[in-house]
Amino acid sequence: MTELNSKPKRARPEFRNINALSDLPTYRLPPAGWVSILHRISGAIMFILMPFIIWMFDTSVSSEISFAKFTSVFSVGVGFVPGWFVKLVALAIIWAYLHHFIAGMRHLWMDINHAVSKEFGRSSAIFTLGLGSLLTLVLALKLFGAY
Amino acid sequence: MAVNYGSKRVVVGAHYGLRDWLAQRVTAVLMALFTIALLAQVVLFKGPIGYDKWAGIFSQQWMKFLTFAVIIAMLYHVWVGVRDIWMDYVKPVSIRLSLQVFSIVWLVGCAGWAIQVLWRL
Repeated sequence: MTELNSKPKRARPEFRNINALSDLPTYRLPPAGWVSILHRISGAIMFILMPFIIWMFDTSVSSEISFAKFTSVFSVGVGFVPGWFVKLVALAIIWAYLHHFIAGMRHLWMDINHAVSKEFGRSSAIFTLGLGSLLTLVLALKLFGAY
Repeated sequence: MAVNYGSKRVVVGAHYGLRDWLAQRVTAVLMALFTIALLAQVVLFKGPIGYDKWAGIFSQQWMKFLTFAVIIAMLYHVWVGVRDIWMDYVKPVSIRLSLQVFSIVWLVGCAGWAIQVLWRL
């Protein structure tokens, strides 16, 4: 092999068997990688919180009395759980849903168009992260009564 | 093909790739349409949404029809996704199988509850 560059490039780190504690904190993910792992995490959050989601569906549609209970849980809380914490959990679901939705649309778009160029992967990943965060922020302000 | 019977039988895994890949996308599209249909009714309504309006959305027959289909779609969609997570991160077969059984119970229970709520409307 001909050495084209006299100064050898700094050796790139090689990851073979990734240790969660020593390697992951230094491992820099590209935007598409963040979208991917957050797609998984957001799905897992919704899976774990599914009974809470169905509880919200149940109490909000079943009767006027249960609807009043539903709104009071968010304003004054339930048992030892304060209302702001219930709102925070609801916000986690909102973020998870938005991110999962937009990242899923990105997936479908790529499936349909075979749009797998490196550039599109990067720009659409940044768009996904940005739009998900922005909509979450808008709904968070609404949820906590800023407007 | 690798031996997949007797003591070598693989009891967990996705050896049905295309079907689940497609099901994941079809169910996703259905849930996305449901989201848009629900959001449109909420956003296009003028004024604060009280119990009557909110329950009224779900008590329309076409909405019940769609919601029921979405609950079933979600059941399958989440099963494929969560099973992927267990298959990627949990290697010991006993723990993986236990988690997969837990996931099925969790999802079927949740789907039953959601359908029960819909049924009463």
